[in-house]
Amino acid sequence: MIRVTRKLEFSAAHFYHNPKFSAEENRRVFGKCNNPHGHGHNYILEVTVAGEPDPETGMVLDLKELKDILQREVAERMDHRHLNHEVPELKGKIPTCENIAAVIWELLESKITKGKLDRVRVYESADLFADCTTEPNGAHGRSRA
Amino acid sequence: MSGALKLSLTRRYRFAASHRLYSPAFSEEENKRLYGKCGNPYGHGHNYVIEVTVTGPLDADTGMVANLCELDPFVEREVIEPFDQRYLNEEVGEFQATVPTTENVCKEIYRRLKSFPRARVERIRILETSNNSFEFSDEAEMREAAP
Repeated sequence: MIRVTRKLEFSAAHFYHNPKFSAEENRRVFGKCNNPHGHGHNYILEVTVAGEPDPETGMVLDLKELKDILQREVAERMDHRHLNHEVPELKGKIPTCENIAAVIWELLESKITKGKLDRVRVYESADLFADCTTEPNGAHGRSRA
Repeated sequence: MSGALKLSLTRRYRFAASHRLYSPAFSEEENKRLYGKCGNPYGHGHNYVIEVTVTGPLDADTGMVANLCELDPFVEREVIEPFDQRYLNEEVGEFQATVPTTENVCKEIYRRLKSFPRARVERIRILETSNNSFEFSDEAEMREAAP
């Protein structure tokens, strides 16, 4: 099996706030990420697709096609947006890099028709990233919505 | 048909420390052959970069596998504070008995972090330099723990 990875950079604003918490709890749990004015990151998305190369083309999938899917599904939704206010898929969710990775997985999974979506990695900074993959045996993961 | 989604979070930390690769179980000659210049008796140092990967269910209230407000101080207390700006051979108890190769440093860091209460520590990766990296994952431990 071959894994092919394509990268996309997007810039967006977010903040962390849970309306169930008091102002005090929000500050304690989320620290400075709770600033209601938001703050931003240059996110780096890495999408990995796994499969066997097509014997005719030698490719798992056409990377140009993957680039177009990432542009349409992710960049157009999230680039230069405020993730709390402007991305319907994140509505009601705290836009952590874990949730962003899971939302991007859901957006991409059915769009990838050649090969299989293997991993979505979202870097919030060089020192922090989240991975969304699937449990090999369906054990203790987030259940599918 | 794919299984349930799995989320993990990886956080990078840094510490600078010195070490010396030398084992009293070997002769001087064998030490020289095995460890080369890493066996210099005065030690040498690295800017270590460590990646800590934790996994588990998303906390419904925070949308997080682990809250950095908890993970950062835990790693700081268990690893960075005792390792940073130290001579590992002399100042970290574990390495008085084992050679502080970065393989062993990975295992020791995993041992110190595996009790993190909020999520499962799945992997420790250390970049000793930009050319060398070492990785310890808990797969073997998980297999041993499985019924």
